[in-house]
Amino acid sequence: MNLAAQINSLLAALILLTAFGLLVQKRMYGLLHIFAWQGLFLSVSTAVVGYAAGTHHLYISSVLTLLLKVILLPYILHVLIQRLQIHKEIETVVNVPTTMLIGIALVIFSYHLTAPIRELSTLVTRSTLAVALATVMIGLLMMITRRHAVTQIIGFLAMENGLFFAATSATYGMPLVVELGVALDILIAAFIFGIFFFHIRTTFDSLDVKQMAKLKEED
Amino acid sequence: MTLLILLSISLLSAITLAFVGDRKIATEINILGSAATFFAGVGLAVQVYMQGPMLAAGKFFFVDAFNVYLAVLTSFVSMTTAIFSRRYMRREREHGRVGHWGMRFYHAMFQLFIFAMLLALLTNNIGVLWIAMELATLSTVLLVSLYRTPTAIEAAWKYFILCGVGIALALFGTVLLYFAAERVLGEGGEALLWTNLNQVKSLLEPTVLSLAFVFLMVGYGTKVGLVPLHNWLPDAHSEGPTPISAVLSGLLLNIALYALVRCKVLVDGATGTHQAGYIMMGFGLLSILVAAFSILRQKDIKRMFAYSSIEHMGIATFAFGLGGPIATFGALLHMLVHSLTKSAIFFTVGHASQMNETQEMSKIKGLIKGNPLVGWGLMFGVMAIVGMPPFGVFVSEFLILTATIKNAPLLTPLLLVGLVVAFAALFRRVQPMVAGEIPANQQFLKVAHIPVILHMVLVLIIGLYMPNFLAEWFHTAAGLLK
Amino acid sequence: MIYPIVIEILQTLILLAAAPAFIGWIRMVKCWFQGRTSPGIFQPYRDIAKLFSKDVVLAENASWIFRFTPYLVFGATVLMAGIIPILSVDLPFSATADVIALVALFAIARFFTALAGMDIGTAFGGMGSSREMTIASLAEPAMLMAIFTVSLVSQSTSLSQMVQVVAHGQFILRPSLAFALLAFILITLAETGRVPVDNPATHLELTMIHEAMILEYSGRHLALIEWAGMMKLFIFAVLGIALFLPWGVAATGVLTGIPAAFLFLIVKLGFIGIVLVLIETGLAKMRIFRVPEFLGSAFLFATLGMLSYFMLE
Repeated sequence: MNLAAQINSLLAALILLTAFGLLVQKRMYGLLHIFAWQGLFLSVSTAVVGYAAGTHHLYISSVLTLLLKVILLPYILHVLIQRLQIHKEIETVVNVPTTMLIGIALVIFSYHLTAPIRELSTLVTRSTLAVALATVMIGLLMMITRRHAVTQIIGFLAMENGLFFAATSATYGMPLVVELGVALDILIAAFIFGIFFFHIRTTFDSLDVKQMAKLKEED
Repeated sequence: MTLLILLSISLLSAITLAFVGDRKIATEINILGSAATFFAGVGLAVQVYMQGPMLAAGKFFFVDAFNVYLAVLTSFVSMTTAIFSRRYMRREREHGRVGHWGMRFYHAMFQLFIFAMLLALLTNNIGVLWIAMELATLSTVLLVSLYRTPTAIEAAWKYFILCGVGIALALFGTVLLYFAAERVLGEGGEALLWTNLNQVKSLLEPTVLSLAFVFLMVGYGTKVGLVPLHNWLPDAHSEGPTPISAVLSGLLLNIALYALVRCKVLVDGATGTHQAGYIMMGFGLLSILVAAFSILRQKDIKRMFAYSSIEHMGIATFAFGLGGPIATFGALLHMLVHSLTKSAIFFTVGHASQMNETQEMSKIKGLIKGNPLVGWGLMFGVMAIVGMPPFGVFVSEFLILTATIKNAPLLTPLLLVGLVVAFAALFRRVQPMVAGEIPANQQFLKVAHIPVILHMVLVLIIGLYMPNFLAEWFHTAAGLLK
Repeated sequence: MIYPIVIEILQTLILLAAAPAFIGWIRMVKCWFQGRTSPGIFQPYRDIAKLFSKDVVLAENASWIFRFTPYLVFGATVLMAGIIPILSVDLPFSATADVIALVALFAIARFFTALAGMDIGTAFGGMGSSREMTIASLAEPAMLMAIFTVSLVSQSTSLSQMVQVVAHGQFILRPSLAFALLAFILITLAETGRVPVDNPATHLELTMIHEAMILEYSGRHLALIEWAGMMKLFIFAVLGIALFLPWGVAATGVLTGIPAAFLFLIVKLGFIGIVLVLIETGLAKMRIFRVPEFLGSAFLFATLGMLSYFMLE
């Protein structure tokens, strides 16, 4: 392994760590900080891969990630959290050990799932694909286990991070037009969930989505 | 050229409508934009019919028999929905269910939604296809919560989260597809173009593509509303404004299925097996059965028809999975007739619930006496959707059933059970609604005649006599999807 | 052939002699951080000496276990010095006892301490024992996981071999080792009874864990147990050094490396002491019910380390 691959592996490990951090963090700002860190690791990793592979469009992706995932989205969420006055809210996270064990199981699952690709690929980043998929899966797990609207959105964005990382590690990034499009979609999604938070807040008096359980199958 | 005009009309209309806002003329602009889109779509279809498949804008767009027919269908249904929503939304505005900003938003987002769907259909790049699908979700999320009731917000949130997750998995599948493509076609945007991929599909790595298909299936399958990924669908359909239910049900599900089928073609080519088809058949059959039995339990009229949509999407998915010329032909036809019939049903359902000011079926009565168009429209719509002759759905279901008996005889009983249960369940519910005396609280309503009649007549024509060009078209498309 | 045995003896002597000094250093740094005057680095020696000179007071119903435990704990701890490469990897013992044996020695010492805690039958002793075993049952799997991660990297469970590979092989950035180190730090805090898991300086009944078990000891028994406790912390420090910062430990047959290794050891221990104080000053002791969560994350880190060895390296 050359140095770039080593650094990339280390960043991958850090991204995985932040994914687990998001899974168990209870405080709103704590979540936000971990999410920003994850974005930063992702951005640096993209740049390192871009440098190692000599694919310069990855630099653009890296800057894009930095702007969107490290600065803009955390800022928007920060403002929303302040406006909604939920910065002191602490979510009750049930069954942390079980969640962690499921998370570990998901990592192993991802590792097995991506095994054929790891064997086929010749890229220096091939081993990080398992981590990318694991990040996606853990984001999914977070959206399932958490009951707060903001937390679910952060889980969603963490999933997007994982996907982006997957694109970088499997193929040195998607074509630029696709990456720009995905970034645009995320941006639109950010505005939509911003609006949503206020709607949920005014309708339900709280951002706990547990209350949203009226629509059920009737017997 | 026609293609770019087609796309730009809806985008320009969206921008215009965002500025026009709540003025009276907005509804007319909406209709005008949709109609122009429709005519551009017809123009494009004629062009494709005459000259065969074509690429545009430097390979960025691609039209063949498969997607051009869906593009025409999309623009047609969006036009009739725009006509329907003129009266429907005006009434909602008068009754204060939608505010000033709501109307502005509704019209702009409606056109943006059409744009996203057309982009998804016409793009040649499977990455852009994903982006357009996501855009289609995002543009309708806030339309589902337009009424701002607690249940509407809950439904929209569910829709947003579940489809967001689903589509994220589809992106992972797309990444894997790109990974396989890059090894054959080299790096860069070229490797994501469907036409290029289609040429080299037999060279793509089978293991990677099988894995990619699982993700694509789950991802796009969520948007198609396949069981067990369907949770968002009944909620979103029942809580949003009816025109949105009509386009979600009639169009968006089709587009998602289109994306899935496009990917399936590549996967089949690479693996050389029928594996992807079996997965689709499994999901399809499960959807048919679960949805059919769920229809039995529904009390809300829009929810019930939402489950019916799941059932019919299950049928189409099953048929695409089955493969072969007859089943594929049947599936294509089924997408068309289901889309026309289901949107017509939603138009009448929308009026029916406005007349009775409720969506609860037990409180809706005497529709035929109250308003013959709504009553008979609903009656005929339901007859068509359950697959009674002479309507078009009968033809497509018959074709699919024949193909099933021939290629997968063991699955025939299951398919029949699903169809029969859905048949019985829908009829049991509809009869009390259309028959009977007018209840005291029923309102008089100015209804939109044209869309309902137009759709039902088209479905009837297709059932009685399939126009030559349409049959030829489907044959070509079925050939493309071999 | 004689040199390895000399090294072995040297290591044991270092452990015996330097452990109180290490504690003294930590206390001294802590005093500086908190703006107090420190009693000096040699205060622990004076404490131990004082305890040795005092009479042993035994409870009437104390059994042989109670009297036997201090010697056993002390002996087990001293034995560990033979396994861990403190100065050199040239250890004859490490061929017979690997890192799993080390963990077993810890377990024996803990087991008897807990038994002795319950032996007298006082409420505090029992409470301390039960808490200690709760923590141990969570900390030990995590510790083994962390250590196994390192042995995966070096393909061996012998500590000498592990040090040899990491210190004298080619340097590679290994995320697995980073995770294992994180886990190891958390486990060290729990196992040696430091803040935030336990407070070594408290005798407050609600919070104490280790102190509660040894509350009944006095005189030379207490001296031995205290000394063993100091050595345990020292062993964790040198184990951490051996697993994660082994650079400077002398290789096989290189006698000239020993003085250098000694200097390295002093610098590293000094550094570890400061880090430990920083952690202890920065954190507040957590409620006992949150300890499982704390050790759960240690387990998570260790597992992630192991997984990232397979996935990323």
